[in-house]
Amino acid sequence: MPSGATADEVLLGFDLKREHRLLVLMPLFNEASKMRRQIVETMRILDQSGVDCFCPDLAGCNESLAPHSEQSLSGWRGAAASAAAHVWATHVLGVRSGSLVAPGDLPGWAYEPVKPSAVLSRLARAEQIFAREANQAVTAKELIAEGCENGVTLAGWPFGADLINELAASELASSPHHRLITQEEIGGSPLWLRAEPGFDPAQAKALAAIIVERMGLS
Amino acid sequence: MTAGTATAEPTGPSRSAIDTTLRAILRDVLALEESQVEAFDADTGLFGHLPELDSMAVAGLFTEMEDRLDIVIDDDDVDGEMLETYGGLLAFAEAKTVES
Repeated sequence: MPSGATADEVLLGFDLKREHRLLVLMPLFNEASKMRRQIVETMRILDQSGVDCFCPDLAGCNESLAPHSEQSLSGWRGAAASAAAHVWATHVLGVRSGSLVAPGDLPGWAYEPVKPSAVLSRLARAEQIFAREANQAVTAKELIAEGCENGVTLAGWPFGADLINELAASELASSPHHRLITQEEIGGSPLWLRAEPGFDPAQAKALAAIIVERMGLS
Repeated sequence: MTAGTATAEPTGPSRSAIDTTLRAILRDVLALEESQVEAFDADTGLFGHLPELDSMAVAGLFTEMEDRLDIVIDDDDVDGEMLETYGGLLAFAEAKTVES
């Protein structure tokens, strides 16, 4: 939490106290809903393959009641590290912008990680297009500048100034412990690009297979 | 911007390469079959015609175009006009590719 205090959030888990324990971090913002089912189905396959999996709700995301406008990348990084310790995670999988908050000291994978500035730019553009449809002329650049000062709502998500500043300034800091998984390896078209949430069993199987193989379980 | 512009000879990467990439992006964003996207012609309506193409999807479309076509799309370009038809979007992509 911004104050430094802690709060409990929901965690989806498959826990049979096994040796391999994977912390899964969903994409942030709009891509979370596009990928949720796909990732949960991937976790089911991993469970059947002998991997315990845990996916925490970060504050302000999914079922969390914490205000989204009070969150920050640094706060989410701290929460992800706490969740990793709580479930005794041995590995981490960051999906898209979920990689931005993945504990860098845990070995694991970054599935098509995305730059913070690209995340912000996409949300601000969506807001610009949305505003134009409502006959309001505002550019993505202006929205981001306003957000850095006072916070701003982008594509329905209320952002505080801290989070906008972090997204605008951060470079993708990839951990040497996280191996890149590309969409080319998974095959098929990226589900996060679609307007509606989708599910592709072949992609879930491919993602799980890469993780299982690299954990030495296959 | 007219659909006719899309047939102009570009000086950058070949028209067919841009056309192929653009169709692949639309296939991914709209979750369509390859054959459906192949059937798009210059007059095929996009923004305002396809319910899947909401403001968030358009923002994703632009970001993918920047990544896969190695172009930069300015805020001023995001006016929706070139999104009205496939021909308009292709002409825009070609013009941006020549610029970069």
